[in-house]
Amino acid sequence: MNDVTMKGLSERLFKIVGTRPLRPDGVDKVTGRAKFGADIHVANMLIGKVLRSPHAHARIKSIDASKARALPGVKAVITSADLADLPSEFIPAGEMMVNYRDMTRNVLAREKALYEGHAIAAVAAVSEAVAAEALKLIEVEYEVLPHVLDVAQAMEPGAPLLHDDMYTIGVEPKPAKPSNVAKRVEFALGDIAAGFAKADVVVEREFTTQPVHQGYIEPHACLASVSEDGQAELWCTTQGQFIVRSFCAKLLGMELAKLRVTASEIGGGFGGKTVVYLEPLALLLSRKSGHPVKMVMSRTEVFRASGPTSGAKVWVKVGATRDGRITAAEAMLKYQAGAFQGSPVQPGCMCAFAPYDLDNVKVVGFDVVVNRPKVAAYRAPGGPIAEFAVEQVIDEVAKRLHIDPVELRLKNAAKEGTKAAYGPKFGPIGMVQTLEAARAHPHYRAPLKANQGRGVASGFWFNIGGETCAALNLGEDGTVTLVAGTPDIGGSRASLAMMAAEELGIEVDKVRPIIGDTSALGYNFLTGGSRVTFSSGMAVIEAARDVIRQLCERAAKIWEVAPDEVIWEDGHARSGKLALSLAEIAKTAGKTGGPIIGNAAINAQGAGPSLATHVVDVEVDPETGKVSILRYTAIQDAGKAVHPSYVEGQMQGGAVQGIGWALNEEYIYDKDGRLENPGFLDYRIPVCSDVPMIDTVIVEVPNPRHPYGVRGVGETPIVPPMAAIANAVENATGIRFTALPMSPPRVLEAIDAARASKT
Amino acid sequence: MPKHHVTTTINADPVEFLCSTEQTLLDVLRDVLDLTGSKEGCGSGDCGACSVILDGRLVCACLVLGVEVQGRKVETIEGMAQGDHLHPLQQKFLEHAALQCGVCTPGFLVAAKALLERKPDPTETEVRYWLAGNLCRCTGYDKIVRAVLDAAGEMRRS
Repeated sequence: MNDVTMKGLSERLFKIVGTRPLRPDGVDKVTGRAKFGADIHVANMLIGKVLRSPHAHARIKSIDASKARALPGVKAVITSADLADLPSEFIPAGEMMVNYRDMTRNVLAREKALYEGHAIAAVAAVSEAVAAEALKLIEVEYEVLPHVLDVAQAMEPGAPLLHDDMYTIGVEPKPAKPSNVAKRVEFALGDIAAGFAKADVVVEREFTTQPVHQGYIEPHACLASVSEDGQAELWCTTQGQFIVRSFCAKLLGMELAKLRVTASEIGGGFGGKTVVYLEPLALLLSRKSGHPVKMVMSRTEVFRASGPTSGAKVWVKVGATRDGRITAAEAMLKYQAGAFQGSPVQPGCMCAFAPYDLDNVKVVGFDVVVNRPKVAAYRAPGGPIAEFAVEQVIDEVAKRLHIDPVELRLKNAAKEGTKAAYGPKFGPIGMVQTLEAARAHPHYRAPLKANQGRGVASGFWFNIGGETCAALNLGEDGTVTLVAGTPDIGGSRASLAMMAAEELGIEVDKVRPIIGDTSALGYNFLTGGSRVTFSSGMAVIEAARDVIRQLCERAAKIWEVAPDEVIWEDGHARSGKLALSLAEIAKTAGKTGGPIIGNAAINAQGAGPSLATHVVDVEVDPETGKVSILRYTAIQDAGKAVHPSYVEGQMQGGAVQGIGWALNEEYIYDKDGRLENPGFLDYRIPVCSDVPMIDTVIVEVPNPRHPYGVRGVGETPIVPPMAAIANAVENATGIRFTALPMSPPRVLEAIDAARASKT
Repeated sequence: MPKHHVTTTINADPVEFLCSTEQTLLDVLRDVLDLTGSKEGCGSGDCGACSVILDGRLVCACLVLGVEVQGRKVETIEGMAQGDHLHPLQQKFLEHAALQCGVCTPGFLVAAKALLERKPDPTETEVRYWLAGNLCRCTGYDKIVRAVLDAAGEMRRS
């Protein structure tokens, strides 16, 4: 299963990296002991609840909370009047930009409610029942305004305007009128017209995708406690305790050091827990009431008010010569941002043709506000939408040229030295290797029956690094406490402990990894961008080297030799025939200079893009339109798989999320802009009986910028599935589906239409 | 409104609690008895994260009222390990890396236990349909199904 291709990095023989030890946090999670966001309560605690807008777009004329405040048991009521307004400025935050003017309006609506579910007010009361009763007593006077949900309609002149001061950024001259188009971006390379002139075949298509939710099983939850002197504790489920601290401190005008944020165990995030919703409200309610305040979203609230990813319209045009060389590729992406600007259209544009080595490329993107919840990052934000379109057009080009789709991709694959349209020249990347692995896989040659089809698609994701700290504290018995600042969302405590043990030369069970709160370490950017095993891994290795340097110094002191005469090897300091183990040095550390701790505080650079190719077989039932996934193989470059089981898990999980996106998931709104399916019954994510085993092939093209060759792996797996499945459905039915989801009614309608046109 | 006094058995221990009429068994387990291993993912019986066994039958604790467990037997994730011995399902979930975030894991384990009590030798398809009431968003289910099948094999052998 683990097909390994090594190249580039000097071949290091690993003892622990690449093995599959049990995860150190596992027992707590199989026994129910692990504490997630909603799993704690403290003395004197209140329950907070949020009043949400029933309207998709409405001016808030007045809010009267006097009756709610008078209800016995209500301790605090807040509205946007309790938050300072903040200026509009864009601050980079990993893969997204932050604008505090928008953020403060998203956590509590100010002038207008901009989507159904938008938070209007919040209460804290002695029980959930009293809090719910209080919400009913808050009187809000709305002036209902026309709303717009569709991205194309929102771009039309005369569309209802969400923000009357929004002028499109990125167009010259500056528009004279405000619009819902927040931003235009463009990436270009070469001469697109000349490229198309050289093409023997040109394929052009338009695609539509629907917003889909990250669908983490654990709803947002937090518990805040602010003392009378302004010192505060916040416990919450988040992908980044440090960014929660930054966001909340800014929104509430607090000093960072006064606010300690502890990340609970996190029950899934996929990008959706990189923003704040309840956290600033709980802090504010706690500050006002003088009590700890716990807040938990219902599933309905999660759907109505937390970030899905964008729905979009994407137009793609690709030209190629008869022998399969792509001469030009062009795309236009229009992404819904939700109520505030900041869709992932820019990374979508950058990803669109990134798997390919092309001379002539032009990609234009538009970030468009609509009356829907503000989008949040969702696993490779922007990428899957772009590749759903591009990878289908590539498939169609192959078909038109009678070239195998894997061969066509190989003829055009990006490789080391390829210049991407978005700027950089790639280092070693694994596009060719994943395609070759797909071509060699038995799956690719397995026979198909009637109504069955096979599809292939590739995908790209950048991956990121960023600010990261880690600490290793040696105990006097030679065991090591590892403190990381990036919440463990899918097994990263295992991979970090393995890298620490590998570097130190000790057994992995001698390392206990924990996730520190914001007081334990310097700033850490969040768990996202597939950065944790890369960045926190790099910090852990650096901290281990710091420990080793000190261990060698102590050994030199004990032996009375010069420090440069001591080397570290296999978990021992050695000098000639002398040897001391880590545990032996740790035991006497108090006498040789004091406790030994290793630290690293870095800005991790050199994240390596990860490429994937997926192969999928489907069967389409011509009577019902149901698409069944028969077989699925996900192939991906991991750089170096530290714990292969959890790398496979990322690949399998991403593929199945993609299956849901492809076949079922969508937001359904009524004519008034109210969400009709805010629950898991009607917003149907894949269940166990919907999917087969997901076969995996890990390709390893080491990332030369990481000490062990690691790339991020978490996001890329959701990039190829939608296109791969659409290509398979086309192969089975002869019908090209350009709109998601390919749900049974839509597929049946298309099959019936195709039959009718034949008769 | 006066609360109801309920006497029941949870994980083989006698338990008494007070609850209001509208409180669900899940509310009671989590908020009254501090048994937070059962999770609320939806509150509507769609995700299975609160799966418990009630008189031998697999149920969603969010769809059962606290007062309904009077005189009955409830099994939760907290009762699955015996002393310091993990249940074979718990052990196999760890060995197969069948969890990532872990929030759905208690529900899957309780549901899988209920399956193996009925059917010690399930097929892959039977495992998949039995567990179709439990949502996992991280794993794609592959490693969960493998862990359940492996645990079933081990339990049959021992």
